Amino acid sequence: MQMTEKAAAYWKANVRLLTICLVIWFVVSFGLGIFLAQPLNNFSLGGYPLGFWFAQQGSIYTFIALIFFYVYKMNQIDREFDVHEE
Amino acid sequence: MELQTMIWLVVGASFALYFGIAIWSRAGSTSEFYVAGKGVHPVANGMATAADWMSAASFISMAGLIAFLGYSGSVYLMGWTGGYVLLALLLAPYLRKFGKFTVPDFIADRFYSETARIVAVISLLVISLTYIVGQMTGVAVAFSRFLELDLLWGMVVGMAVVFSYTVLGGMKGITYTQIAQYVVLIFAYTVPAIFISFQLTGWVIPQIGLGSTVTDGSGTYMLEKLNQVVTDIGFAEYTTNAAFSTLNMFLLTMALMIGTAGLPHVIVRFFTVPRVRDARKSAGWALIFIALLYTTAPAVGAMAMYNLVKTVHTGDTIGAETTLAYEDRPEWMRTWEGTGLLTFTDKNEDGLIQFYNDGNKAFATMAEEQYGWKGNELNVNRDIMVLANPEIANLPNWVIALVAAGGIAAALSTAAGLLLVISSSVSHDLLKGVFMKGISEKNELMAGRIAMTGAILLAGYLGLNPPGFAAEVVALAFGLAASSLFPVLMMGIFYKKMNKQGAIAGMLAGLLSTVLYIFIYKGFFFIPGTNLFADTAEFWLFGISPQGFGTIGAVINVAVALVVCRMTAPPPAEIQELVESVRVPR
Repeated sequence: MQMTEKAAAYWKANVRLLTICLVIWFVVSFGLGIFLAQPLNNFSLGGYPLGFWFAQQGSIYTFIALIFFYVYKMNQIDREFDVHEE
Repeated sequence: MELQTMIWLVVGASFALYFGIAIWSRAGSTSEFYVAGKGVHPVANGMATAADWMSAASFISMAGLIAFLGYSGSVYLMGWTGGYVLLALLLAPYLRKFGKFTVPDFIADRFYSETARIVAVISLLVISLTYIVGQMTGVAVAFSRFLELDLLWGMVVGMAVVFSYTVLGGMKGITYTQIAQYVVLIFAYTVPAIFISFQLTGWVIPQIGLGSTVTDGSGTYMLEKLNQVVTDIGFAEYTTNAAFSTLNMFLLTMALMIGTAGLPHVIVRFFTVPRVRDARKSAGWALIFIALLYTTAPAVGAMAMYNLVKTVHTGDTIGAETTLAYEDRPEWMRTWEGTGLLTFTDKNEDGLIQFYNDGNKAFATMAEEQYGWKGNELNVNRDIMVLANPEIANLPNWVIALVAAGGIAAALSTAAGLLLVISSSVSHDLLKGVFMKGISEKNELMAGRIAMTGAILLAGYLGLNPPGFAAEVVALAFGLAASSLFPVLMMGIFYKKMNKQGAIAGMLAGLLSTVLYIFIYKGFFFIPGTNLFADTAEFWLFGISPQGFGTIGAVINVAVALVVCRMTAPPPAEIQELVESVRVPR
C-alpha cells in the first residue's frame, strides 16, 4: 500500500512538472510566435522584429532549454522518490 | 581543381567512410539489429537521431520554402523542432522503460490486442513508405546532378550504398553511419551560410548576421533591407505573415509537431539508449544538433532571397539600367537552366530579366504602366536555393562539393532509418508477433534482412517512377502520424484505464478522418480530378487546410477513444500494472 502511494506521489510530481513545461512550450511557440507575432513585431531584438524572432529563432532555443530543464528536474525527482537508475 | 573532380573526391571520401563503418559495426543479434543492443551513448544517439530526422526536405527544400514564404515559413521551423519537446516529455522515457523493439510492440502489449498491433503496423507502413519514396528520389536527383550520372544509375548507386550498411549493420550500423552523416551534413550546411553571412553583414554567425546591419554602409538592418527589396517587386513583406490564416498557421504547426513525435522511425531511436534518463537527455541532444541547422536555415533562406533579387534587380531603384540583361547572366544561372529548374521567358522582349510577383494584381498593373513589364520572366524552383546558394555567392569549388555530399548524406541517413522501421515491422511485428510466433532469432534476423532488401528495391522503384505527388504524400505521412500513432501512445501511458476497444476505435477514427479529409481535396489516392472540392480556402471545412488536418484528426482520435472506452470493459489488472511500471524509471 505504501509503495503505491509513493508511486502515485511520484507520478503526480512528474505530471505537475510536465504541465508547467508544456504551458511554456505552448506560450512561447504558439503564443509569442504565432498569435501575438503581429503586435510583438513593433518591438525588435537587434534587427529582428520580435515576433519574427520568436517564430524563427527564439522558440527553438526555448525548446532546447525546456528539455534540459525537464531532464534536470526529473533526475532530482527520481532521486527524491528513490526510483533513479544507478 | 576542376569542380567535377572535386565533387567526385568529396562524395567518394564520404562513401568510403560509410562503408568502413558498415564493416566495423556488423550486427550479430536481433537486439543489435533492431535497437543497436541498447548501448548507444545519449549524445551519440542524439547526433544519429538528428541525421535520421533531417531529410532531403530539411537540407535541400526547407530554406528555399522559407526564402519564398518569409515569416510564414516559421510553421516548418517550429513544427519540425517543437515535436521533440513532446517526445522528451511525453513518450521517449516511458517507451524506453517498456523496453521492447518496436512501436507496434508497445501498442500490442499495452492494449493486449493483436488487432491493435496490426492497425499500428498498417499506419507505420503507410507513413514510412510514403516518406522513403521522397528520400530515394532525392538521392537519385542529387547523384544525377552532382555526379553527372543518369537518373537510373544514380538510383542504383544510392541503393547499393544504403544496402551495404543497413542490411549488414542493422540499427547498429545505421546509428554509427548516421553520426558520420550528421557531421558531413551540418558542415555542408553551415559553411556556405557562414561565408554568405560574412559577405552580407560582416558577421560569421548567420543567426546573428540575420539580425544585424548590411555592410553597404547604409546602417540598414538585413531584414529591413530585405522587406524593402521584396516589396519593391510586389511581394509581401518578408517578416509578416502572408501565406496562411492564423488558424491554419496554428493547426499546421501543431500537426507537424505531433506528427514529428508520432513518427515511428524517430521514436524507435529512443529504444537504443541504455537507461530511461538517457532517453530524456538524448531527445535534448538531438534537438541541439537539429537546431544547429534549423536556426541557420532562416538566415540561409533570407540571404539567398536577397542575393537572388539583387542579382536580377541590381540597384536601389527599379528601372531598365538596374535590371540584369539575359546576355550578362552569371554562370550559375546557365548551369541551372540546363536542369530546367530555372527558366527565363522574355515576355516583353527587352532582353532584360524581370523578376517580380505578377500574382499581385495592383503591382502588376502598376509595373506594366510604369516599367512596361508584361509578367514575371524568371521562374526559380524553390529546391535549388540551397544547392545553388554557394554558386550565387561565388564561393570556392570545395564548398560546392561539400554541399553535394551534405545533401546526399541527409537523404541517405533518413532513408536508412525508415528502412529499419519498415523491416522490423515486417519481420518482428508481423512474422514473429502474429504469423510465426515460434520463429528463431536467427531466422528472424534473416527475415529482417530480406524485408529490408525488399523495401530498398520497392523504394528505389517508386523513387524512379514517383507517383508524382511527393509533396502531398508528405502531408499525408505527418497527418497520419499525428492522428493515429501519437494520441494512442500518449493515452497508453497517461490514461491507465484506456482499453483496447477505445484505442483501436480511436486509431481508426483518427486515421480514416484524416485520410478522408485529405482525399476530398487532393483526390482519392491522389489521382488528379477525383477530388470532390477544389483545394482552396473557400471550400475548406471551417477554413481548415488539408495539411493542418492532422491536428483535428488527433482530437477526433482522443474523443472517440474516450467515448468507446467509457462504454466497454476496463483493461485487466495486469495491464494497469504494466502502465504503473512504465511510469517509473526503476
